[in-house]
Amino acid sequence: MIEACDLTKSYGGKVAVDHLSFIVQPGRVTGFLGPNGAGKSTTMRLILGLDRPQSGSATIDGKSYDELANPLRTVGALLEAKSVHPGRSARNHLLFLAQSQGLPARRVDEVLDLVGLRAVAGKRAGTFSLGMSQRLGIAGAMLGDPRVLLLDEPVNGLDPEGVLWIRNLMKYLASEGRTILVSSHLMNEMAVTADHLIVIGRGKLIADSATADVIARSSEQSVRVVSPDAVRLTPLIEAEGGKVTPVAQSRDPGASADPAPALTVTGLGAPRIGELAASSSVVLHELSPQLASLEEAFMELTAGSLEFGEHGQGGPPGEPATPAPAATPGGSAR
Amino acid sequence: MTAPAPTSPVPASAPALGTAPAGGVSGFGRLLASEWTKIRSVRSTVWTLIAFVAVTVGFEVLLTSLISASWNSGPNHVTRDATISADPVNFIMGAGINLGQLTICVLGVLLITTEYGTGVIRASLLAVPRRWPMLTAKIVVFAVLMLVVSEIVVFSIFFIGSAIMHSHAPVSFGDPGVSRAVVGAGLYLTVLGLFALGIGGLIRHTAGAVSTVIGVVLVLPILAGLLPGSWGEHINAYLPEQAGSLIATHAESKAAHLLTPWEGFGVLCLWTALMLAGAFYLLHRRDA
Repeated sequence: MIEACDLTKSYGGKVAVDHLSFIVQPGRVTGFLGPNGAGKSTTMRLILGLDRPQSGSATIDGKSYDELANPLRTVGALLEAKSVHPGRSARNHLLFLAQSQGLPARRVDEVLDLVGLRAVAGKRAGTFSLGMSQRLGIAGAMLGDPRVLLLDEPVNGLDPEGVLWIRNLMKYLASEGRTILVSSHLMNEMAVTADHLIVIGRGKLIADSATADVIARSSEQSVRVVSPDAVRLTPLIEAEGGKVTPVAQSRDPGASADPAPALTVTGLGAPRIGELAASSSVVLHELSPQLASLEEAFMELTAGSLEFGEHGQGGPPGEPATPAPAATPGGSAR
Repeated sequence: MTAPAPTSPVPASAPALGTAPAGGVSGFGRLLASEWTKIRSVRSTVWTLIAFVAVTVGFEVLLTSLISASWNSGPNHVTRDATISADPVNFIMGAGINLGQLTICVLGVLLITTEYGTGVIRASLLAVPRRWPMLTAKIVVFAVLMLVVSEIVVFSIFFIGSAIMHSHAPVSFGDPGVSRAVVGAGLYLTVLGLFALGIGGLIRHTAGAVSTVIGVVLVLPILAGLLPGSWGEHINAYLPEQAGSLIATHAESKAAHLLTPWEGFGVLCLWTALMLAGAFYLLHRRDA
């Protein structure tokens, strides 16, 4: 379990992590999500004791990182920044790490096998491709068979096969009861990998809940309605408190051969819209609830933190979803 | 060449280590082994060490051969020959060390600045988050390595140099002060390397740290020598290289120099302790 408590860190007056608190539970993959520069890497460095926080603390299974006797046997980390000497062979890089933890040298070969680098173990790490470097980083993280793993953008630079491999590895490791915190700025990757999401923007917590909940809570639930009788339907919906936005024919990606106008309705569910239409004998060609993608949910979540730094505060709990179907800056003046 | 991609996480090949043996080595012994692996597995340090041996022995042979060939001839040979004859061990050791010591300075700096330059420092500090044991182990491993290599080299150049100079300025290992000068030359090189390591830890950038060390070793004595009156002499006496290298001379009395050989060596040790203390302090304080 990783516990961050009120972590704050600024560099030269610029706040990178701002009173950030969260808990990463074991047994599941926790995605650590945020736009570039949101403070993900800094947070990981604070947890790992590489940087010192101005205030707050981070603990791993109840201990701060520098209290761990053989830290690599408890925590494995893959940092985004390079941490390998390009002139040193992969095997020697892992060997000095293993020796520092009192791990037997055969463990080096085991993790080289795990990541598929055994054949190039004697080669200088500087000759490795980005994907091979990432695998070497994973090997280093797995060296001590740690209960806790922190992976900073692990799929960066990997080919699809490598991405799949890391995804499966993380899920497998989580299924063994380990604590996995994996950062990414790629929402779609997190959607298929993470069970739980911690979303930050400008160093502040935006969301901390199950991946499905994050999508559901932060995205607007809208309903797409296509009706030749839209003119009659609109006041009916508005009378019930719904908000109707006509979809311009030219900009409607869903427009097929149907010449009937399309509407986007928010604030009213599809069943009620159907009942209203039936009671007034309005013909409907289409009535479909729209699900936002994780990408849209993320844009929605972090838009505030990007545009108006102060609004990311507090996170979504209790707050209703913000009505901003198209993320136009002017339209989301909250 | 690309690595064969594993098709599955291969859990079977990553057995749990909960009961893995600790390796039978105590905590600090592990760090020594780890630091030794770091030093020996990087070409830059290995080649710098080879360069040290080659430069030191090479210049020993070159300079002593040149002097030997031009003994009793050439301009100013009277003063020169008299100076050498008065303290032959000083000349013999200096012939190889004066340039060879620069490679030691580079090696000491590289040992720590490459960790910062390549980012290995992050891996190192993740492994040893309390930080100080890592630097301590690095210092111990480097000191032992330097002591062994330096003593072998200084003994070699003493016997090579004294053999070449034998007919002009005979000196034997048994002469008073000579054994101390030879053994001391190895100690001097070792401590100078640690001094450079300390500077490397303070500055963290290879170019800046190498320039600084070379400046202290080569340039400061010259600048101090330009000062009027006895200022230069007094300042020079306490500069790290000037004071430390006294131990590789025959002079026993304070008459010739302001400090005795061991006092001079002590001054170098103090400088080194100061730099290393600064390196420890900043390693603890700074973000990695």
